[in-house]
Amino acid sequence: MSLTNKNTSRREFLITTTNIFAAVGAACFAWPFIDQMNPSADMLALAKVDFDLSKIAEGQSMTVIWRGKPIFVRHRTAQEIEKANLVKLTELPDPEDDSTRAQKPEYLIVVGICTHLGCVPLGQNPNEPKGEYEGWFCPCHGSQYDTSGRIRKGPAPTNLPVPKYQYISDTVVRIG
Amino acid sequence: MAYNFSNSLVKWIDHRLPVFSYLRHAAYDYPTPKNLNYWWNFGSLAGISLVIMIVSGIALAMSYTPHVDHAFDSVERIMRDVNYGWLIRYIHMNGASFFFIVVYIHIFRGLYFGSYKAPRELLWIIGVFILLLMMATAFMGYVLPWGQMSFWGATVITNLFSAIPIIGESLVNWLWGGFSIDNPTLNRFFVLHYLFPFIIVSIVLLHIIALHRFGSNNPLGIEIKYPNETIPFHPYYTIKDAYGMGIFLILFAGVVFFAPNFFGEPDNYIPSNPLSTPAHIVPEWYFLPFYAILRSIPDKLAGVLSMFSSIFVLFLLPWLDRSPVRSGQFRGVFKIFFWILLIDVISLGYLGGKPATGMYVIFSRLATAYYFAYFLLVLPIINKFDSSELLPNSISAQIAGLEVESSKAFNDSAYKEQSDHIST
Amino acid sequence: MIVRIRSNLITSQLKITIAASASFFILIVVLSTAVKATVSEDIGIPAHSWSHTGPFGRFNKAALRRGFHVFRNVCSTCHGIQRVAYRNLTYLGYSEDEIKSIASEVKVLYNKDGGAGLYERPGLPSDKFTSPFPNEQAARDANGGSLPPDLSLITKARPNGLDYVRAILLGYEPTPSKFHLMSGLNYNAYFPGHQIAMPQPLYGDDVTFEDGTATSLEQEAEDVVTFLAWTAMPEMEERKRMGIITMIFLVIFTLLMYACKRAIWKDLE
Repeated sequence: MSLTNKNTSRREFLITTTNIFAAVGAACFAWPFIDQMNPSADMLALAKVDFDLSKIAEGQSMTVIWRGKPIFVRHRTAQEIEKANLVKLTELPDPEDDSTRAQKPEYLIVVGICTHLGCVPLGQNPNEPKGEYEGWFCPCHGSQYDTSGRIRKGPAPTNLPVPKYQYISDTVVRIG
Repeated sequence: MAYNFSNSLVKWIDHRLPVFSYLRHAAYDYPTPKNLNYWWNFGSLAGISLVIMIVSGIALAMSYTPHVDHAFDSVERIMRDVNYGWLIRYIHMNGASFFFIVVYIHIFRGLYFGSYKAPRELLWIIGVFILLLMMATAFMGYVLPWGQMSFWGATVITNLFSAIPIIGESLVNWLWGGFSIDNPTLNRFFVLHYLFPFIIVSIVLLHIIALHRFGSNNPLGIEIKYPNETIPFHPYYTIKDAYGMGIFLILFAGVVFFAPNFFGEPDNYIPSNPLSTPAHIVPEWYFLPFYAILRSIPDKLAGVLSMFSSIFVLFLLPWLDRSPVRSGQFRGVFKIFFWILLIDVISLGYLGGKPATGMYVIFSRLATAYYFAYFLLVLPIINKFDSSELLPNSISAQIAGLEVESSKAFNDSAYKEQSDHIST
Repeated sequence: MIVRIRSNLITSQLKITIAASASFFILIVVLSTAVKATVSEDIGIPAHSWSHTGPFGRFNKAALRRGFHVFRNVCSTCHGIQRVAYRNLTYLGYSEDEIKSIASEVKVLYNKDGGAGLYERPGLPSDKFTSPFPNEQAARDANGGSLPPDLSLITKARPNGLDYVRAILLGYEPTPSKFHLMSGLNYNAYFPGHQIAMPQPLYGDDVTFEDGTATSLEQEAEDVVTFLAWTAMPEMEERKRMGIITMIFLVIFTLLMYACKRAIWKDLE
């Protein structure tokens, strides 16, 4: 009797161990097939874009493509900068100071994708609506951004993100 | 038929959609002869290979570009920049070879143990359809990397159809979508290469339905007589198949990781060039026996016809072999011819890779002649000469070590019935 | 006693499985090597023992750097490695700044505004190696009608590629007196047909290695072929590393399944 029990438990142990091996093996086998859908090495290498800011007249904007996304670069007027600074942080849905969003106050650089559901907001072209806060206006669901790219009204939860960038000379900025 | 499941959700679903009962019946309770040997592992291995090919193929298709200007580059991008792209491509590339190794063993197992005989004729015929679809899929897949062998392999194989009188030329132009292998050809080959495996899956399901109708054949080739001669598929054959899969994966991984280009041709790492043919055109190894048959006949049309007939003859096989005894184990004379056939097919494979000159042509012709003679001459008459070996009365009798003379066994009602099947 | 007989029976079963799969494998190997041997014309290419071949072989980083040095100073005059990007050189141990400076030495044509115009800019690490000629016709015009092939995949694109490329580099010999050599071609003992358009590229004193290794024709050839082995299969080390782990896992897993199979089938006997 005890011998049979011992044999049975040995068998159970063996089968459990094998099942664990099978599960681990299947998970390891699955990973490459999942990871192949992640950005590939050549995509990751295309991460940097240089842009000459001196081409933008004061009060105007330009769109740069970085990693396939539009980057809004706006040469802000003194009035626009002042407006961005005057807002009380407590009034903002996503409080951020303007000085933390622009390394040089004249040039605001933000990712031009509405944080709600990914549309590109209007306001780059002088003829487009800029919304009540004179920044950008998203036509999809009516989100409104101010002159610092911060969300002021509408369904978007957060401000337009600021990409990583650095000035490599007085007028040339490297995004990424 | 409906099974009483303990899990209430499973029970609820199964009552409305009896998938669980079907699975339980087909992969769990399925009564399997207890005396299957390891040659019976290759059916499930073929299924595993098919899954590996579909999974890796879908992953590759996500990064592949079916355009003559980008196909080669996109494959190299998979090899260099896509995460684990090299692994997935090497799995797919070598998976094709392993799939064919497994399927060829599976076929020869059927040939030896008489698995094509009544009442399993349709099971066998469905299998031959799977083989044909596999060959078409493999051929089109080899074209996709758009290297030198891809391009010239596609040119040579599609030109086979130009041998057909009258409509040949227009048929080839229809296949190409132009007047040479070009972008439309690559594009449609990609589409069909992606589609065919799913057709294969559906035909494999038919293959399994046909298999479960009369149950698996077994090494003795005699029908199940008593219930205790079968065992449930799970856990006995699931674990046996899993063990076989382990051996298979070790060999497969050995090639994928340590000799990934072993089955490949160096020329396919040269981007295709429609103006220069490589010095030696060879198809993938699994087509070599058929390629040897094609080249052994000096006439274009006759060569193409013989090549296709070498597969089509398999459709007739259940009616060509007239012996009432199924398993080759009990057919002394048959056995000799069977082993010669195996050596013959391997030789054809060897000859298909050799240049078509001198002695090689003569050997190819002899081998081709034997191949057809085996099916069309030997099998129809062989049972007249076959020695009467001892055929066990039942699987249990064999296991108990009891044997009776085959002449007696033929009088057995089960065998009487079988012979009736064959003669009608 | 019965137990012992049974376990003997079972181990013999295991042995048969292993023997059968091994012999099948050997059969396939023998057959396809036979096929391959006839495909590659046998002109006695000397075999060389490479440090990176075999299941445990790794690329020698110093040899890769020396080989890259030879490629850059000699081969790249006529041959490209267009499938390799400058960023890939991190594998050879170059720092990001070194790679930036290597890349910036070349001019890359690019289209900046989606229009028809092409503009020049210095190369970036993300760029692929620029080829010496803008297109095939220009390459042929500059080389007397012959096309210097791109070398990214050359060691995979020739039968026995490593030994073959090395043999070509070492195979320049004086033309035998009876051999008729066409004008513009050079005699090479290992090139199929012996007449090669490429003039002898390496002489043994073409470069000075930064790591102080003495230069010789053999050394340069070995290093540059090692470098070209890497350009053809940059995944090799990762592949073998994963392969060893996979094999160990699969062997244990298979033995476990075999033990399970034995345990489960036991109650039938």
